[in-house]
Amino acid sequence: MATETPEQQRVIVKEMSWDPITRIVGSLGIHTEIDFTNQQVLKCYSTSMIFRGFDIFMKGIDPRDAHFITSRICGICGDNHCTCSCLNQNMAYGVKPPALGDLAFNLAETADYIFDHAIFNDCMANVDFCEQMVKETNPTLLAKAESTPAPGQDIHGYKTIADIMRALNPFTGEFYLETLHVARYTREMYCLFGGRHTHPSTIMPGGCSADITHQTCTDYYVRLMRYFDYVKRSVPMHDDLYDFFLQELPGYDMVGYRETNLVNWGSFDDPDYVDYDYRNMTNWGRKRYITPGVAIGGELISTDLVEINLMIRILLGSSYFDSWENEPTFVTHDPIGNPVDKNHPWNKVTLPRPQKRDFADKYTWVVSPRIYDKRTDTHVCCDTGGGPFARQWCTAKAGLVDFGYAKATGHSIQMVLPRSPNMPEMELEWNVPEKSNAVERDRARTYHQAYSALIALHNLERAMKEVQAGRTKSWNSFKVPETAVSCGFHEAARGVLSHHMVIQEGKIANYQPYPPTPWNASPRDVYGTPGPYEDAVQNTPIFEENGPENFKGIDIMRAVRSFDPCLPCGVHMYTGKGKVRKVMHTPTALA
Amino acid sequence: MSALVNPYAKQKETEAVTAHVLWMTTGLSCEGDSVAMTSATNPSLEDIILQAIPGMPKVVVHNQVVDYAVGQEYAQAWFDAENGELDPFVLVIEGSLGNEEINGEGHWTGFAVNPENGQPITMNEWLDRLAPKAAAVVAVGTCATYGGIPAMKNNPTGAMGVPDYLGWSWKSKAGLPIVCIPGCPAQPDNMTETLLYLALHLAGLAPAPELDEALRPKWLFGRTVRESCNRAGFTEQGQFATEYGADHRCLVKLGCKGPVVRCNVPVRGWVNGVGGCPNVGGICMACTMPGFPDQFMPFMDEDKLGALNANITKYTYGPIVKYFRHRMAKKHDVEPEWRRRGKTLTTGYVKRW
Repeated sequence: MATETPEQQRVIVKEMSWDPITRIVGSLGIHTEIDFTNQQVLKCYSTSMIFRGFDIFMKGIDPRDAHFITSRICGICGDNHCTCSCLNQNMAYGVKPPALGDLAFNLAETADYIFDHAIFNDCMANVDFCEQMVKETNPTLLAKAESTPAPGQDIHGYKTIADIMRALNPFTGEFYLETLHVARYTREMYCLFGGRHTHPSTIMPGGCSADITHQTCTDYYVRLMRYFDYVKRSVPMHDDLYDFFLQELPGYDMVGYRETNLVNWGSFDDPDYVDYDYRNMTNWGRKRYITPGVAIGGELISTDLVEINLMIRILLGSSYFDSWENEPTFVTHDPIGNPVDKNHPWNKVTLPRPQKRDFADKYTWVVSPRIYDKRTDTHVCCDTGGGPFARQWCTAKAGLVDFGYAKATGHSIQMVLPRSPNMPEMELEWNVPEKSNAVERDRARTYHQAYSALIALHNLERAMKEVQAGRTKSWNSFKVPETAVSCGFHEAARGVLSHHMVIQEGKIANYQPYPPTPWNASPRDVYGTPGPYEDAVQNTPIFEENGPENFKGIDIMRAVRSFDPCLPCGVHMYTGKGKVRKVMHTPTALA
Repeated sequence: MSALVNPYAKQKETEAVTAHVLWMTTGLSCEGDSVAMTSATNPSLEDIILQAIPGMPKVVVHNQVVDYAVGQEYAQAWFDAENGELDPFVLVIEGSLGNEEINGEGHWTGFAVNPENGQPITMNEWLDRLAPKAAAVVAVGTCATYGGIPAMKNNPTGAMGVPDYLGWSWKSKAGLPIVCIPGCPAQPDNMTETLLYLALHLAGLAPAPELDEALRPKWLFGRTVRESCNRAGFTEQGQFATEYGADHRCLVKLGCKGPVVRCNVPVRGWVNGVGGCPNVGGICMACTMPGFPDQFMPFMDEDKLGALNANITKYTYGPIVKYFRHRMAKKHDVEPEWRRRGKTLTTGYVKRW
């Protein structure tokens, strides 16, 4: 056996795939090549296996059916789609709901966020941090956790970090079980204004069709105050858990790391400002309780929804579709007169071409949405950070929000939570973190439960004033025009959600919904830029103590789940026991 | 020491049986039924997993929305079921099935990978592999039962429901037809209650669930929305809402399809009894029905016959019923005259002291 020179090193690289990824909504597959010698991920592909074709079968239908149909794009955030479609239709029909209608939309959607973030964080994503999982992947860390006191124990009641981890064990952990219970009464809150969840029965263009009375508001109020008790314990508990990982595993801030390129369309309109008119969208967009924004390279470059609208591009490259460059153009200019690109959603045509999966060529049903940056003439791959991260990042930096219970300072969001049945008033502050990584996305999600609850409280107080004043009308009528060009911008729990529509002859000529997952799960585009999951996972170092034979890929799972993947469009990766692809001799300079 | 013979001895036998539920979310699906299932309270998901009902077998639910295992570790149960190592199991299908005969080497759905060619295994192929071995096949949600929204006119995938694929007279090896729990999504408690019932039946503790001609559990889908709605009193009185929202009268003229839809949501509510559809102001869009959605679009337009019916009521007996009822109610708004202060007792009783 020849001796190896010091410059050479044996490197074990294994192909490993995880299909399906569990504890997300939808089917997602992650395929990787892992360098076990240097404990890093070399390559990552995210693939999607399910295609239904909403934009195809919605052609030619009555536009007033759009919110009912598009709700069914997603089974956890269907109501976000329904709401976005109603915002879109309001613009197309030129209708503004009464104040109570807009407030009802906000009350329903805040209830949805506080439900979704709770169940996703603590019954799905954080199972990756539970005692059972840490025992199987980082036993040394678990031992340390047993003897590390939790700084916030006086508030949340868990004495050690290991106690927190035990509380997150699936189906036996105390906090896990409490969260399942919370996930039910928060959906009761949703149903008070939305009727059903996740596919609402009372969220309509023109306003809300729920019969809103004093009772409706009281039922919501009582549950919201109980939620404040829960979230006051949840935030410090998660801070303790995530800070422990960052302290005990130096370098953990690189798990799921990617450059801060973010998109967030903002949500929760203020009825005093919104008129659903595209020409005024810049102004009413900035009045939202969550400020819209685009960040590139760590800089907030816009909070103007009209400008942001014109930056959106849909690219192909690795997706099972044909190009639409030869299809007719629906929209050449927006309602203000700005030119609209052929790759903008208004002009996209969906031409599916089902085929065999080939990771070297086309491997997914997901397309590649990108932000066109005219300053550099490039298509930037932006992500939503799982939703709360991008929302809070842009809101904090824009410094526009201030509704008493919460205030954006330019570098943070300050919040004051009210006294609740079991706990006193509490101040919280979410600071814009240095890096866009897995831990900060998860942390932002917990803080966002508090922020959304405060938006709910504020809107509830406004709604009650309307009801008490006898202004119980919550819907205004409208007529569907022969032609229209419109858009709805909203935030699904996990990030950006836009619906673009073209009406011709009173029917839908083109309807293009873009949920957050095509952004986050997008594959390599035609310019070769990888999608966010691919990018973030490729940057992820491995801290797991298991070797290649019983590797769980927990750091990769934490990276992927931090984006709160929701793939009813589907993404699949296959995990096998993995096969060693090759053993390379590589000069250490390249390792 | 108690003289009672242990009353729970018989139940312990069935409680020792393990039954697997392989819940496939990967049809042409939004996973709304799985998510809705987590909001069920009668029983809840934890009630099922922790064997809350006496006598029920240990049910191991494999559903990727909540499962601990990932990837091949998670999917292994499917290959085990195919190899006969997971008997008995119930196969639950969520989402519609695409027509995989029209797309060449491509696929509309996929779950796990075929080790022979590295390509995804479609839902249809899983049904071919597992349906013959399952104790029961359950279709949850309208997509799986009847095709639903992905099966709308002009859809590119040729989507269909499980009975369309396996055949409406299909029977499992335990003699059960396909159990269909429609709804878009299916009502949370409808799903868990039916699964519980099925588990008790397979343990020999209950008869087979009675299904109607569209394979729906009879006790859940026997009434129409109109027959269950809290606004039916307004309908009877010829009072119809003219706008959505605070107008709390019957919604049939605003597009509600309640009279012709089989569904129990108006009586069951949505989460823990809260919410619903016309009972809270939302028009019924008929999402439990085989004809959904095409036969009921545009949803906001009134059904012609429903509107005709409404007008007959509104311009004939409805106002008469309303008038006399209100007159009667006003009469009952006055107490009997003998309830008052004073030195004499005027209730009708003759004093004997």
